[in-house]
Amino acid sequence: MVATNNKPNKYKVVGTRPIRHDGADKVTGRAQFAADLPSANVLFGKILRSPHAHARIKSVDTSAAEKLEGIKAAVTAKDLPETKFGPNGERPVTAGDLGTDLKRLRDGILASDKITFKGQAIAAIVATTAHQAEEAVKLIKVEYEVLDAVTDVRAAMSENAPILHEDLEMVEFGEPTGIKNNVAEHFQHKAGDVEKGFTESDIVIEREFDTATVHQGYIEPHNCTVQWRDDGRIHIWNSTQGPFQIRDATAEILNVKATDVKLTPLEIGGGFGGKFEPYGEPVAALLSQKSSNKPVKISMSRAEEFECTGPTPGSYIKVKMGCTKEGKIIAGTAYLAYEAGGFPGSPVSAAAECVFAPYDIPNFIVDGYDVVVNKPKTAAYRAPGATNAQFASETIVDEMAERLGIDPIDFRLRNATSEGLRKVDGTKYASIGCIEVLEATKNHPHYSAPLKGENKGRGVSIGYWMNAGLQSAVNIAVNGDGTINLTEGSPDIGGSRTGIAMQAAEILGITAEDVYPSVVDTDSIGFTFGTGGSRTTFATGWAAIEAAKDVKAQMIARAALIWGENPSSVEMEDGIIKSTSKKDLQFTFKDLAAELNDTGGPITGRGAVDPKGVGAAFGSLIVDTHVDPETGKVTVERVTSIQDVGTAIHPSYVEGQMQGGTAQGIGWALNEEYFMNSSGVMTNSTFLDYRVPTALDLPMIDTQIVEVPNPGHPLGVRGVGEVNIVPPPAAIANAIYRSVGVRMQQLPMHPGAIVETIKNKNGN
Amino acid sequence: MTTNTKSHVRTTINGEAVEFLCEPRQSLLECLRDILNLTGAKEGCNDGNCGACTVELDGRIVDSCLVFGVEAEGKQVNTIEGVATPQGLHPIQQAFLENAALQCGICTPGFIIATKSLLENEPNPSETRIRTWLAGNLCRCTGYDKIVKAVVAAAKQMGG
Repeated sequence: MVATNNKPNKYKVVGTRPIRHDGADKVTGRAQFAADLPSANVLFGKILRSPHAHARIKSVDTSAAEKLEGIKAAVTAKDLPETKFGPNGERPVTAGDLGTDLKRLRDGILASDKITFKGQAIAAIVATTAHQAEEAVKLIKVEYEVLDAVTDVRAAMSENAPILHEDLEMVEFGEPTGIKNNVAEHFQHKAGDVEKGFTESDIVIEREFDTATVHQGYIEPHNCTVQWRDDGRIHIWNSTQGPFQIRDATAEILNVKATDVKLTPLEIGGGFGGKFEPYGEPVAALLSQKSSNKPVKISMSRAEEFECTGPTPGSYIKVKMGCTKEGKIIAGTAYLAYEAGGFPGSPVSAAAECVFAPYDIPNFIVDGYDVVVNKPKTAAYRAPGATNAQFASETIVDEMAERLGIDPIDFRLRNATSEGLRKVDGTKYASIGCIEVLEATKNHPHYSAPLKGENKGRGVSIGYWMNAGLQSAVNIAVNGDGTINLTEGSPDIGGSRTGIAMQAAEILGITAEDVYPSVVDTDSIGFTFGTGGSRTTFATGWAAIEAAKDVKAQMIARAALIWGENPSSVEMEDGIIKSTSKKDLQFTFKDLAAELNDTGGPITGRGAVDPKGVGAAFGSLIVDTHVDPETGKVTVERVTSIQDVGTAIHPSYVEGQMQGGTAQGIGWALNEEYFMNSSGVMTNSTFLDYRVPTALDLPMIDTQIVEVPNPGHPLGVRGVGEVNIVPPPAAIANAIYRSVGVRMQQLPMHPGAIVETIKNKNGN
Repeated sequence: MTTNTKSHVRTTINGEAVEFLCEPRQSLLECLRDILNLTGAKEGCNDGNCGACTVELDGRIVDSCLVFGVEAEGKQVNTIEGVATPQGLHPIQQAFLENAALQCGICTPGFIIATKSLLENEPNPSETRIRTWLAGNLCRCTGYDKIVKAVVAAAKQMGG
């Protein structure tokens, strides 16, 4: 075990780097991911998807498909049970996709009347083999009335745009307007007098930005196996970030009780926010019910992943900022128009909270627009909404600093926000590490390292993300040999079960290896919000701390009982339970554990938490680029990610989050994008053409962990998963500027765009 | 349908003689996973672009999703299930654990098979060589930093 920093570690377990508990399973191929369930006696489902991006469904005929050999059943939207919720079946769902109503959620599972994106599910077939199902699905006949598609946010907002949802009424400033267009919502945050602020500014910069739709690109496609048994219970085995959200959404869609659905989350092969939505689960349940209650497996192909699951939105952004000649930003406006995809619900509200977040700006107006377009319904992706917005504001901040001749980090420090100052939404910051991150960035050797050679430049950027709290539950059982079994409900995407176990170990004074953590099914643990929002090690870790404290109190009480002492004169520290009055009365954790069954029975502890409001994160990036002005190719030569993590529980996996987010941010910055043709069809739905970064595209990714302990967590933890994706696009744009002198205003900044921008600047 | 007529395949997997029946259209990946229950090789894309299904076929690494099951006839197939021995984990597996070179772990079996093939032929590869060799294996979690470090550590451990 290696300590994280050079400073003394005040913890015994926290800050060390134990081997993860699931490590051997993962390196031997033994770990069971959802697709690895034995396929004997399992039927295979396949979904028919719309070839059109915008169409009305006139009829669906599955009869020819059902006649093929091996076909057991077919389902369409007509097979979805009538909902008991509300007169029109429109009830906001309590879990799952919080931004939509049940009608839209159901239409995303199996479309009933209208197609709003290419790849939307219409019907499904189940067969003895996957190949039979694939063949049969092609024989389903669907009559469409094809409509004009609109896939660009600005086009969708224009006057004569095709309307996606005839019943969609624009909500403005929280009130229904009666206006029916593609804008689901317009909201605004406002402070001070922005006109006055711009008048008093010495420098005002206004720029427009376009960013492309990008995908999370997890390597494991969605898949689920579902059995709707003859006793009415539905068992789901799947790959998900949100077992309880999928359980509850499935129960609502199928109109059954929560206790009728059991969801067993298997190991998950990446998610990044993209695995919170129900897709195949209700369909596979219906297919199972129709085929003698056998389990039915539905696996998505890679093309289905790109075309039918939620990417993160493309956006059109206009940002204007004004500052004084002393370098104080005094005014800002942001116009954020985000593509929601085929149904409402983009992350534009989060974008609004982030766009000016690192700075204390007295006068601002932030307008957000949630806009439907004929693209897949967007889902969460690592700090959803923030990267697009801060790409815009952070490149303008860089330009201001440059015009004033101020070092870009010094400029940011002059405006940096801190505890007690106003956030965009009107609430105040709790303890945050904005200044500390900027200072660590400035002091990092990379920032002052010489940069030699032509067409090379160094860029920096800072990013903000709120982080989530939300609900988690943990149970602990003490074994007779002094080890503990810890059960929790957060699917482990990146080593979190070990980070959670370490927090329990810290409280109990035992080693991380003496804890065995398991992610269990929804019958076996209390409601736990999904693995996302940088919340798992923070909130489920906190629940583990509470469960460990519960165990600790019971261990103390038991020792007191055995000794005939008053519990108030017994204490437990570093795993030793001792009497404060009689020095010879002492148990190690293991000794007392061995006594439990004969002195009153086993001890189990439980913890359940719902943390509120504390733990926001700042992260920065220093990046060196080389740009070939002839070809526009950008090479990332050196990169350093800096982040305030509160307290690093397992530094290796904290670094891993920072490196992973940085890599995704680099891909987003330079080459990832959905190419949509004029019919609304994605033309690059393979990994070959979508091009996530390979090992050859990236340099080593240095990390600097900053620890500003979070007072809102017993061990000072902040979430670490997301903010690291935010700085790369802006930092790279700023580095490109210093490499070849052009300010990029689009993502991705692909070679063609860079060459074009250089040409325009040179006047050819 | 002729596609449903099954072929009899005799092959060697992780040193043991294996026979199985498969449809001619089934990939080696499908045969390993669905027929033989060797699920360590993963399907990430089914078109040879992610490397999660990497196995060794007669000494060369291949994307098993691009190989038909019937092509394994008479050949030697090595999968992730055969990398550890009764004596313990392979140094590459150990290096991946010690260097925290995995997050979700879905790409890990493919990376380990590809790394093993590299280090058995080139005991002391440079960072660029490692990155070039592993460019056929996608990892979306780690940014590759800790994977490259694990490969370097494994090379050292294996005497490179």
